[in-house]
Amino acid sequence: MELSGGDIIVQCLKDEGVEHVFGYPGGAVLHIYDAIFKQQDVKHILVRHEQAAAHAADGYARATGKPGVVLVTSGPGATNAVTGIATAYMDSIPVVILTGQVPTPVIGSDAFQEVDTVGITRPCVKHNFLVKRLEDLALTIKKAFYIATTGRPGPVVVDIPKDITDPGIKIPYSYPGRVKMRSYNPVVKGHLGQIKKAVKIMMEAERPVFYTGGGVVLDDAAKSLTELVDTLEFPITQTLMGLGAYPGSGKHFLGMLGMHGTYEANMAMHETDVLIAVGARFDDRVTGHVKQFCPDATIIHIDIDPSSISKNVRVDVPIVGPVRQVLRDMLKVVNEGEIKPNKQALKQWWEQIEKWRSMDCLKYDQKSKLIKPQHAVEMLHKVTKGDAFVTSDVGQHQMFAAQFYRFDKPRRWINSGGLGTMGFGLPAAMGVQMAFPKAEVAVVTGESSIQMCIQELATCLQYELPIKIILLNNGYMGMVRQWQEFFYESRYSQSGMSVTPDFVKLTESYGHVGMRVDKSKDLEGAMKEAFTYKDRLVFLDVVVDPTENVYPMIAAGKGHHEMYLSPGSELV
Amino acid sequence: MRHIISILMENESGALARVANLFTARGYNIESLTVAPTEDRSLSRMTLVTSGSDEIIEQITKQLNKLIDVVKLVDLTEGGHLEREMMLIKLRAERTQREEIKRLVDIFRGKIIDVTDTSYTVELTGAASKLNAFIEAVNDELIVEVVRTGPSGIGRGPKGLGL
Repeated sequence: MELSGGDIIVQCLKDEGVEHVFGYPGGAVLHIYDAIFKQQDVKHILVRHEQAAAHAADGYARATGKPGVVLVTSGPGATNAVTGIATAYMDSIPVVILTGQVPTPVIGSDAFQEVDTVGITRPCVKHNFLVKRLEDLALTIKKAFYIATTGRPGPVVVDIPKDITDPGIKIPYSYPGRVKMRSYNPVVKGHLGQIKKAVKIMMEAERPVFYTGGGVVLDDAAKSLTELVDTLEFPITQTLMGLGAYPGSGKHFLGMLGMHGTYEANMAMHETDVLIAVGARFDDRVTGHVKQFCPDATIIHIDIDPSSISKNVRVDVPIVGPVRQVLRDMLKVVNEGEIKPNKQALKQWWEQIEKWRSMDCLKYDQKSKLIKPQHAVEMLHKVTKGDAFVTSDVGQHQMFAAQFYRFDKPRRWINSGGLGTMGFGLPAAMGVQMAFPKAEVAVVTGESSIQMCIQELATCLQYELPIKIILLNNGYMGMVRQWQEFFYESRYSQSGMSVTPDFVKLTESYGHVGMRVDKSKDLEGAMKEAFTYKDRLVFLDVVVDPTENVYPMIAAGKGHHEMYLSPGSELV
Repeated sequence: MRHIISILMENESGALARVANLFTARGYNIESLTVAPTEDRSLSRMTLVTSGSDEIIEQITKQLNKLIDVVKLVDLTEGGHLEREMMLIKLRAERTQREEIKRLVDIFRGKIIDVTDTSYTVELTGAASKLNAFIEAVNDELIVEVVRTGPSGIGRGPKGLGL
């Protein structure tokens, strides 16, 4: 089969099993878009801004586990996508980004819409390529998918000069079935000796805690994790990225840990003697001050990426390998059962944890006439029976969603944890809804974040995506306001966001359903009504208490035992 | 502590930039870096001199290994190794100074490779410390120009860093 470069790209995507491409055309990718026009198998979703294309592909990947695909033009097309690429990079999401480039002969001449895409994206991709010869095109695309989806996943950029896709030049095509790279061999199995050593330490533990992260979700290891935790009856806390891997309603779950983690999770971290970290990277929002992190603990760390181990915190028993396989082997060693967990010590440990838990650190004013943002998230949970896909933007609403929507399944909670990208929620939800047209998909957002990618309401109309946008509108960049209240004597510098469009009218002008609710007593009715529109996008503007803060909170650089608690809380 | 890391990498455009990028992005020290293709044109060999605590060096080697273009690497300072650097140094050499400089070059087993009425250009090879010692030994005022390659390194013994 002889194909041109443009046709080769589309054929590669088909052969890779890609069904959706999120993109935006432009000069350098016109040949590729012509190839897309001539076929039906790969569906192209036209976004309204390239950043959204990257977020949508990212959301698609997070929800499905399959790689997301982006197609954008050179220059501004590529630079607009960079925020989305960096977002995927920080959370290790498999995305392949195809960028157009000016023709090979004019590269370096400051041609129209030329940027050094490979240079600009280098620090925020797992790898990137510039295709210099048509003969290399198919193999490069194969490599891009291979690198993006194996080992620790991540985004891969393939920069394609326009002359490479010239419809007049055709070469024989075949898609490589497998690819082998001498310089890239991700670990496929964790060391059994290390696993046995870890299990021995776990069995001798008196105050053990599992601390698990996004790696468990990425490797589809939720089942193995849950089985192991429930077999051992150890407490477990999860990071923002890890939520849902172990059920939020599970009895061994302590809630999220870290800066806005629960009192019981953070105190357990501070007091633990054996920490089992799984697919987590000891991020500063989790550890607080590293010198005060888990002061008494022997630390076991399972991770596919050797560079994550002992990066921020010294680890005693490293296990490099895929999380799922390591957890399975661990479970096997546990079940073979030469040593049993220390039941007596565990009982005492759980008694201590129950004491911390009894403080009910997430409590908030239930009688308020103003809608409390926490209440809105709990109502969302109730109305969707805890079974929706929830995406979020970044700020207070993100933390409330993480704390109050008790995710029972992995891949249901989709947010920008590492980079913290405002504007992520709506486009990510588009990717999720594309993958699961029948599922309930909600965006929990704020009035500041939503405006960063609001243009995507048009995309949602074009592709009939019945997303439910739950806007927790407090008239502030809430998290910025909270920090200013705590650490800048309430000088609210530039954090007010009271000047917004009328979101109801705005939504209606985009052809969707807009609703507003501002009284606590009307919340349930409004939320239920929003979800009765099965085939329509509904934008529910929930006017919430502007003064509410996220608790508990560990200030940056403090230890896990130094939390701000909600007003009226008493230490136990 | 000073470490010499030797890297075998794909001879791809941008490979060098990836390594340099990594050091700036993560705030690691980079004292010198040399790179050239090997007998296999598809591979480049890089020698990189850096310094830091054991933890930082561990991270540097892990992060380098993570780069897709890096095939293999070794921290030469972990075992017996040889290190050589070449220096070209131009010195002002007039009248009585000429004899003295010539003697000094002989002591250091260097070569004078260019001569004018008023200058010598000297080629000197050795460990970085030897080159430093030569610079120390020459009167500062005589130095016109110093060009150093940065060290290249290789492990001692019969084994090589290969595929």
